[in-house]
Amino acid sequence: MFHRLKSLVLFGLISLLMVGCSAPTVLKPKGPVAEQQSDLIVYSIIFMLTIVAVIFVLFTVILVKYKDRKENPNYDPKHEGNVLLEIVWTVIPVVIVIALSIPTVSTIYSLEKAPVATAHKEPLVIHATSANWKWIFSYPEEDIETVNYLNIPEDRPILFRLTSADSMAALWIPQLGGQKYNMAGMETKLYLQADHVGTYKGRNANFTGDGFTNQRFEVHALTEEDYAAWVEDTQENAPELTQAEYDLKLMIPGSVDEMTFSNTHLDWVNHVKNASYALEARERLGYINRNPHAKGPVPPLKDPSELEFYTNPESRETETSDSNQGHGGHEDHEDMTQDEDMSHGEGH
Amino acid sequence: MNLRWDEFIITGDPLILGAQISIVLASIAIVGGLTYFKKWRWLWTEWITSVDHKRLGIMYILAALLMLFRGGVDALLMRTQLAAPNMELLNSQHYNEIFTTHGTIMIIFMAMPFLIGLINVVVPLQIGARDVAFPFLNNLSFWTFFVGAMLFNISFVIGGSPSAGWTSYMPLATNELSPGPGQNYYLLGLQIAGIGTLMTGINFIVTIFKMRTKGMTLFRMPMFTWTSLITMVIIVFAFPVLTVSLALMTFDRLFGTAFFTLHDGGMPMLWANLFWIWGHPEVYIVILPAFGIFSEIITTFARKTLFGYKAMIASVVLISVLSFLVWVHHFFTMGSGALVNSFFSITTMAIAIPTGVKIFNWLFTLYKGRIRFTVPMLWALAFIPNFVVGGVTGVMLAMAAADYQYHNTYFLVSHFHYVLIAGTVFACFAGLVFWYPKMFGHKLNERIGRWSFWIFVIGFNVCFFPQYFLGLDGMPRRVNTYLPEEGWFSLNALSTVGAFMMGIGFMIFAYNIYYSFRHSKRETSGDCWGTGRTLEWATSSAVPPFYNFAVLPEVKSIDAYWKTKEDGIETQQKKDYKKIHMPNNSALGFLMSVCLGIAGFGLVFHWYWIGLVGGILTLLCMTYRSFQEDDGYYVPVEKIQETEQKASAK
Repeated sequence: MFHRLKSLVLFGLISLLMVGCSAPTVLKPKGPVAEQQSDLIVYSIIFMLTIVAVIFVLFTVILVKYKDRKENPNYDPKHEGNVLLEIVWTVIPVVIVIALSIPTVSTIYSLEKAPVATAHKEPLVIHATSANWKWIFSYPEEDIETVNYLNIPEDRPILFRLTSADSMAALWIPQLGGQKYNMAGMETKLYLQADHVGTYKGRNANFTGDGFTNQRFEVHALTEEDYAAWVEDTQENAPELTQAEYDLKLMIPGSVDEMTFSNTHLDWVNHVKNASYALEARERLGYINRNPHAKGPVPPLKDPSELEFYTNPESRETETSDSNQGHGGHEDHEDMTQDEDMSHGEGH
Repeated sequence: MNLRWDEFIITGDPLILGAQISIVLASIAIVGGLTYFKKWRWLWTEWITSVDHKRLGIMYILAALLMLFRGGVDALLMRTQLAAPNMELLNSQHYNEIFTTHGTIMIIFMAMPFLIGLINVVVPLQIGARDVAFPFLNNLSFWTFFVGAMLFNISFVIGGSPSAGWTSYMPLATNELSPGPGQNYYLLGLQIAGIGTLMTGINFIVTIFKMRTKGMTLFRMPMFTWTSLITMVIIVFAFPVLTVSLALMTFDRLFGTAFFTLHDGGMPMLWANLFWIWGHPEVYIVILPAFGIFSEIITTFARKTLFGYKAMIASVVLISVLSFLVWVHHFFTMGSGALVNSFFSITTMAIAIPTGVKIFNWLFTLYKGRIRFTVPMLWALAFIPNFVVGGVTGVMLAMAAADYQYHNTYFLVSHFHYVLIAGTVFACFAGLVFWYPKMFGHKLNERIGRWSFWIFVIGFNVCFFPQYFLGLDGMPRRVNTYLPEEGWFSLNALSTVGAFMMGIGFMIFAYNIYYSFRHSKRETSGDCWGTGRTLEWATSSAVPPFYNFAVLPEVKSIDAYWKTKEDGIETQQKKDYKKIHMPNNSALGFLMSVCLGIAGFGLVFHWYWIGLVGGILTLLCMTYRSFQEDDGYYVPVEKIQETEQKASAK
């Protein structure tokens, strides 16, 4: 028995040593959100190690002491209960659960708001939309859009409005804070913040199929001046995104490189309000999602310049409003988020 | 569905080609062997049509071991793919199919059937019954499970496996995002197997409530029977949710409804909720019987009564109630409000309290005992520290604010493998070794058993412990590869080494079955471990006769058999046998399940006429069964005398 425990401890130490040279990413926070989470994790680890230590020691001692030997004077087959002991090991876990619940609940509530230290600053709103298998980031106030990378100012809360064009994804930038789901036809909000200039890894953490593994992006935290300069530069020099281009490059499943635009797709679609937009775009362009085991040539996509939808804006209007009606079920949700926005504004 | 022939049979992948060839060869060998040894009739009358709970239990366990092998090979392929960055053994699609089938098979077709198999063998014996309440239903349950499992398993050579994860989150699993027959296999395979599970649940609730022998009050029932009872209650409450959810998704995929779709106002997250309303209790369906098994083994080899018997029962009941109140912890990141997340955080953490009580009760069962380190005991003891590690990390995951960082990462993967392997898989091995002599009349070799134990348990820790750190370092689950600069190479490589050690441990375990069949001493005593406490050890011979007890035992306390031994009464001495009523064998359970399988296979490919034919045949079988007059038969006293004499002559 000792043998196994020894090996357990040994492997634990080896793993710790290997990672220990540099603490794991989640425990190296670079912003107040991730820091709160990291603190909570460390706090819980201390409790857990204590519990593990108590049980392991008790377990080892009992096994050694009551191993079957010739003389075993302590053997007592009638020993079958002790109310006092049982109360003790019911009450102690209750206390531990309470000790863990209080900071958990307070952190849960605090993560719903902008970090305390920067709460006086107006948060930067970024719409983060996942589409198989890309990230589309829209900055509505700046009227710019980036694909597969993110530039943010440091020391300012970022309010992500998360949604998806198709399958459910999760936006995760471990060093800035935990993840939340992106879901089509819905919006979730996530506050993150970087306190240090630098480049951080972000990715989709929720399985979305074939290209999931490569659905990564980089987050560049810039000083406020650098950020402002970048915004200005982008507004002036980046190309405009058209709906045809958006559908063809971003709505068709696949991976793309980083892109930058001087307008946002919110001009013609908000996936929060229109859950089936991507599916309709694929149908328009003649994209067929095939059985992955199908053989033979893939049918080519249609040329958007030959489709009335893209060339004649009037046909588009009727079509979009139709599809919006189909999603009446989500109207409530929408209203709710708007209400929340107003109260949020009043709070400042 | 318009399929070309070369899409129907998967071609062009060397790994799958190898599997196809080995399937064909194995089938030829099985058919040839059965024909050569003239065993077809034996197979049909003794096994396929049998309604004997012990034989059905053995068939469940055999099927589960087969599935463990399949799921294990999946696991090794995944671990090989992840052993080094930028590995190219499996492409993304193939990897996705493999982790989907690995998860589904291990939970639905391995863990649950393995435990149901052990429950089938042991529970009727433990309560002093001659069979279960509905023996025909028991046979039907087994065959629907088996047919469902086979339907799911053929997917990887015929048509392609599901690839949307074992949770099948919508909208990823819709026709638009997961085209092809793969996802239909998931829906129909689980649906058919699920019917069997639900029937097992009803069957065993009735069995345990109505068929206990004289004196076996509820508070004299062995712990394994108690945990089985509670498990069956959970099944009866949880499985209808799965049945309905699967049916709704099947409608979405086959008939164009919009329950969970992106278009026409479907609600994808409704699926996630429904899935986990079933899925979380399912976790306890596979862990509670394991708790029961460990209780039996620990008391037997520590030679003590279970410490805090009533507290143990209370904890199991409390856990079963809480298991229905925590499903949201599977998606804290869905963006539900702070109040909702706080509520589910606390209910989830609260499960740790009754579970902790159980851990301490087991420790104090060992205290003042005389512990014998047999192989089943080793598995049971290894459970305690490993499960504690899995449990405390579970509490960490329950803290919603921190979970935003662990969710969907290897931290989670490691946690649930620590609880499911250290809990369920160790229990399956422990229980199989422990009751093996009861089923087959000989023990498994102890020395080989130890080898397989140590290699497996060390391998398990080498495999999964590093994954906690990978998770904290930002490695998400379900990625099929990673970049060298992400720095996950060394821990992944270590983890893969551990996985292969587990594979070796399992192979040694399998070899032990063969070796012991050839070389082990045959058991002559029903109480083959010498310290049996419960009624299954009181049956007349090493392998109980089909009627279990020649004379039904009478129970006066918990640990009924231990008590009779203490009092010096030989239970089977009485000779005034009476004729015994037993049920007849029936081929209908098998036939009905095969018809269901045909219907399911047709629906997978949208071949509705096959679905219709299969469905009609199933209904015909049911109609025939409902008009059949079958009152079973009586075993005459002479036959009992003869059987018992043969047993005592050994």
